[in-house]
Amino acid sequence: VAPIPPFTQEHEELRGAVRRFVENELYPHANEWEAARWFPNDVFIRMARRRYLGLKFPPEYGGDGDLLADAVLTEELARCGSGGLAAGIGAHIGIALPPIWKFGTEQQKQRYLVPGIKGEKIAALAITEPDTGSDVASIRTTARRTDGGFLVNGSKMFITGGVRADALVTAVKTGAEGGHHGLSFLIIDRGPGVESSALDKLGWHASDTAAITFDDVFVPSENLLGEENQGFYLIMANFQWERLLMALGAVGGMQVAFEKTLEYALDGSPGQAIHHKLAEIALQIEAGRDVTYHALRVYLAGENAVREVTIAKLRTQRTAFEVMDACLQIRGDEPEIARAVRDARLGPIGGGTDEIMKEILGRSLGL
Amino acid sequence: MGELGFLGLDKPEEYGGQGGDYYTSLVLAEEIVHAHCGGLAMGLAVHTDMAMPPILKFGTEEQKQAWVVPAIKGEKILCLGITEPDAGSDVAGIKTRAVKDGDEYVINGSKTFITNGHRADVIVLVTKTDPDAGYDGFTLFLVPMDAPGVIREKKLEKLGMHASDTALLAFQDVRVSQDAVLGEIGKGFYEIMWELQGERLIGAAGCVAGAQGVFDRTLQYAQERSAFGRPIGHFQVIRHKFAEMATKIETARQMVYTTAWRFHNGQYPVREITMAKLYASRIAVEVADECIQIHGGNGYMKEYGVERVWRDMRLNRIGAGTDEIMLEVIGRSYGL
Repeated sequence: VAPIPPFTQEHEELRGAVRRFVENELYPHANEWEAARWFPNDVFIRMARRRYLGLKFPPEYGGDGDLLADAVLTEELARCGSGGLAAGIGAHIGIALPPIWKFGTEQQKQRYLVPGIKGEKIAALAITEPDTGSDVASIRTTARRTDGGFLVNGSKMFITGGVRADALVTAVKTGAEGGHHGLSFLIIDRGPGVESSALDKLGWHASDTAAITFDDVFVPSENLLGEENQGFYLIMANFQWERLLMALGAVGGMQVAFEKTLEYALDGSPGQAIHHKLAEIALQIEAGRDVTYHALRVYLAGENAVREVTIAKLRTQRTAFEVMDACLQIRGDEPEIARAVRDARLGPIGGGTDEIMKEILGRSLGL
Repeated sequence: MGELGFLGLDKPEEYGGQGGDYYTSLVLAEEIVHAHCGGLAMGLAVHTDMAMPPILKFGTEEQKQAWVVPAIKGEKILCLGITEPDAGSDVAGIKTRAVKDGDEYVINGSKTFITNGHRADVIVLVTKTDPDAGYDGFTLFLVPMDAPGVIREKKLEKLGMHASDTALLAFQDVRVSQDAVLGEIGKGFYEIMWELQGERLIGAAGCVAGAQGVFDRTLQYAQERSAFGRPIGHFQVIRHKFAEMATKIETARQMVYTTAWRFHNGQYPVREITMAKLYASRIAVEVADECIQIHGGNGYMKEYGVERVWRDMRLNRIGAGTDEIMLEVIGRSYGL
């Protein structure tokens, strides 16, 4: 059976290899890492050895230059048994490194992207603040010009990987007025004045999601990422890819939950109600996959994919939560499925809420 | 439409078709919705995508010449007889009998909900030839509708699809020759199950297009109609309704297109066709209902044509296999 475009037979081979890695080297530790509220940094090193951290990045920085391979990885990582682990990996390669790749200077790429792909230096993207979520234009963390650089003060919230990150790709207010044209990005090294603490969460337990404060942190000018006051474009640039990753992760997560629940059901003698419930789940997964792959095709073709990506994100996140919940209903209180339900609940919130997705779609229709 | 070649877009050129690929018939199924008449779309689809494919696939050369060639020209109209007054979803429970009598078969029974049943020149008729053989006891026949004993009993009144003639038919000692057997004796059940796959995918494509059509018209309405000092579409809850509808339509469309891609690439994706059919017909009804809601009282009035879409679309959750049968089929494909 030919793989559905845009994937090729080569990608299916990679899929098999990634799946073996995930099932043999990550999944067996999921319980332990969830309980510890942490996964070891060694995970990055082991993934880097297999080249998995750099799949989409250019070969000159140690990557493989195949965006689709990264999509395969994302779908398969959803089989690791821990949404927090998948999120922790995705935060580094999927949302923190891409802006450095796209907007960074050669020096910044050598300092952060190259070791990032090797798993030796971990990055996190810091945008959200305690008082600012969906409305990114109103962030308050300030970067004041000072001799040779910036002095940063403020705080960030819900930063995935923010406890362990060596480098924080941070949105700061540089214009006096703030707003869309007063935003910049700084790569902030961990050091004096940077404090992070882990947050307790409903799900994503293995992820070190942090509250971070910056207290008079000096950042050299060379760490300005992209142009000053043009930070809003940097945020927008990666949104589509981040949302595609979320959609792919949801599809992969739903698929594995379905497979396990189906196996459980087939072990017994399911009645018609369970039969239909499982059929509904399978339908929802196929729907999510078809709409996500379509968005991926449009994105890959270099077209404006905002509409397709927004639909894919909106279509898959709430659905993933509902699917996990339906699996839990069939399976009873099985810990792994219960975890999947908790982990999936973030989907309609993170990466732009469902309500924001509807705003984007509605406005694209001229409403 | 026959003159324009629209009745044979994906049919072989040797029988007067256009020789196009499977996607060409999807194009017709999508674009016909601009006629704003579900009954018309259904009557055409039964002719081109339900009754014609089994004749092309299982028929003899004589049968193709006798029926497909004039059908592609639009000179002869086809219909398909599966459902009976006492057997709908449970196709295996049909009772229409064909009994061999010398060189002929004698057919007795009745069929209902037969689209095109009043105008058709021939019916692809599902019968039982061996009641003791289970699924291996069915046979298809091509029965001319003017044969003695074929009675068009009633033109059925319906919730929607008003432009379509839907018939209750009776067959009383209808005698046909062996040449009327379509396909193989005893293989009728499998042949008709094959036919249903194509029918379901075309139906799903029609649902997507129907939903898109009523969505587009309602979007325009929401931009023109004002309340409380602004276009109603600029209220956030209405905007979000459109976002949700757009998401449903796009999802259904990608399910249909991805499934068509599988079909086109030599797969026989029963599971995915079933999913696409179920999802597309469901969302078409939901979208049409939401569009009535956005139109308010105007949506309830015939003048705006929105209520017609709802009435027409409602059939899709029943016809060509109910939602519940679709769920059965999907579950079974996983061994349930």
